[in-house]
Amino acid sequence: MERNDILNELTQIWRRELDDDNVTLQPETTAKDVDGWDSLTNIQLIVATEKKFKVRFGASEIMNFQNVGDLADAVKSKLS
Amino acid sequence: MEFSTLRKNLKKDFSGSPSVKIAILGDTPTQLLNQALKGYGYEFGINFEIYEADYDQVDMQIMDASSELYEFKPEYVLVFQATQKIASKFYKKSPEAKRGYAAGYIDYVSQMVQVIGDNHPCKIIWCNLAEINDTIYGNYSNKTALSLLYQLRKINLGLMDLAASTKSLFINDIASLYNAAGVEKAFSPATYTNTGIVFDINFWPSVAKSFIDIIESIRGKFKKAVVLDLDNTLWGGIIGDDGLENIQIGELGIGRAFTELQTWLKQLKERGIILAVCSKNYEHIAMEPFQKHPDMVLRPDDIAVFVANWENKVDNIRHIQSILNIGFDSMVYLDDNPFERNMVRQEIQALTIPELPEDPAEYLLYLRTLNLFETATVTEEDSARTQQYQEEAKRATLQKAYANEEEFLESLEMVCTVKPFDKFNTPRVAQLSQRSNQFNLRTIRYTEQDIDRIGKDPAYTTLTFSLEDKFGDYGLISVIILKNESDHVFVDTWFMSCRVLKRGMENFVLNTIAAQAKSMGATKIKGEYIPTPKNELVKDHYAGLGFSETDAGWELDLHNFNDHKVFIKTN
Repeated sequence: MERNDILNELTQIWRRELDDDNVTLQPETTAKDVDGWDSLTNIQLIVATEKKFKVRFGASEIMNFQNVGDLADAVKSKLS
Repeated sequence: MEFSTLRKNLKKDFSGSPSVKIAILGDTPTQLLNQALKGYGYEFGINFEIYEADYDQVDMQIMDASSELYEFKPEYVLVFQATQKIASKFYKKSPEAKRGYAAGYIDYVSQMVQVIGDNHPCKIIWCNLAEINDTIYGNYSNKTALSLLYQLRKINLGLMDLAASTKSLFINDIASLYNAAGVEKAFSPATYTNTGIVFDINFWPSVAKSFIDIIESIRGKFKKAVVLDLDNTLWGGIIGDDGLENIQIGELGIGRAFTELQTWLKQLKERGIILAVCSKNYEHIAMEPFQKHPDMVLRPDDIAVFVANWENKVDNIRHIQSILNIGFDSMVYLDDNPFERNMVRQEIQALTIPELPEDPAEYLLYLRTLNLFETATVTEEDSARTQQYQEEAKRATLQKAYANEEEFLESLEMVCTVKPFDKFNTPRVAQLSQRSNQFNLRTIRYTEQDIDRIGKDPAYTTLTFSLEDKFGDYGLISVIILKNESDHVFVDTWFMSCRVLKRGMENFVLNTIAAQAKSMGATKIKGEYIPTPKNELVKDHYAGLGFSETDAGWELDLHNFNDHKVFIKTN
């Protein structure tokens, strides 16, 4: 799966979990840029991402995601 | 339910739902519990107003009389303490102190419960602890008081004992939920490591539902009856086709699944849940296994109302409901057939109808996960209930046999005992005063002390009515308090148990009041109807009895009063 496809999927997840269709994720997007994305909803978003792509992230992996691009890269490397 | 579904509920409109104030105190972050509770409230039709203390403020909020907790005045205080936190405290103790850890914790809970009660009367729901074996001792944990597991289990048992002896304390059984879900589903190492939140995000909904189950049962919303289909629900196979020898129960086929289900139902019945049967069948065929099959656990005596005929199930369930005289929302309907379930669900929305799994082997496991039979109290009376309803079912059957009402009432051979308040009936009068909602003209609630005082006060005349008929004893079912004024009596209180509706009891009571009033020289009876959300039933009560409406309420002139016709003899 290409990084862009993963980003699109992530956008769908964010829209669904945050109940907000205006969300569009870019590689450089961070929690600050999205209404409702806070430390609590972050748990929800990570769990939904793991479920969607059938992958599992480690604790420090999650800690070290700086932006959506990092997350997409982690998904990509686990899928390949 | 999934957490994300509950979280979406937060945006829904709660304005139509009654609000309930709850406070959450936790030793680890509880925001997910907060959101799960609020979101689940929507599913239950409750608008939770929630105060959530900052985490690890349990003791401070409880001990400080001027804390935000008490300022908030919650109806329920929810306390969540995590096994991880307890463990970290436990590990720091000396071997001596480890052995006594559970006893110390129970003392602590007992003291906290006491202090909450002293500062603000409310219900307290305390979470017990997930029983995690840290494997420091392996299975030897079970052999030494030094182990964490030993102390956790002792705490959980201690909480049970404490709750049993403390009216205001209830336990949310996290340990059972944790076992049922399994550690894989209940715990997320990454979430815990990164946030300190001790459960997986999708385990919090179970914790929240368990809190709500307790709250609902305390608020009086609980299940009282189960209506049962027969073929492939209570036994395998079809009794009408397969015959008595071939239905699957006991040793035959997958009989074990049905035997265990019946055993469970029988335990529910012994606890006070009413069992009723609703089956498309000839009655004598449907009844045969209950009477004759050696492996049946349920017997005719266990079933309060037995309806087997070829009419449609919706009508039959309505019939059962009318005999039991309880709301559909307090009834559960078990049927293996999805088609029947849907038909009934469409017609009677309030009824709880579990989507039984296809495989009967899974029925019981599934039903247990629903936790349908939460209760806030258990009384001795509960277990006598089936017999009462069986008597009621016989009356209903008899009523069908009589074309006219009067002949039916006469055939019941009703006898009523009338007494003033005394020390024997005071508790029952007070209990009814607290509970009667529908047939209650003014809904003034009196406590036992009030009833005792009124009974001794010469300014009042008090009457209690106990009814029996040829099928059984209803016990004390109606209460009157008359305020004696110069030329009239004022009906301060008139309530009646709905179990004796349509027996002409109102007429009998009025005759008794009239006789009493006349003997005291009164010329009028005055009454009042104060509407509540629940007493519309008696809106036209006084009009129906011949009272005239005045500016101040209702009155009946005793000069022209003739006794109403009744079919109840005085004992």
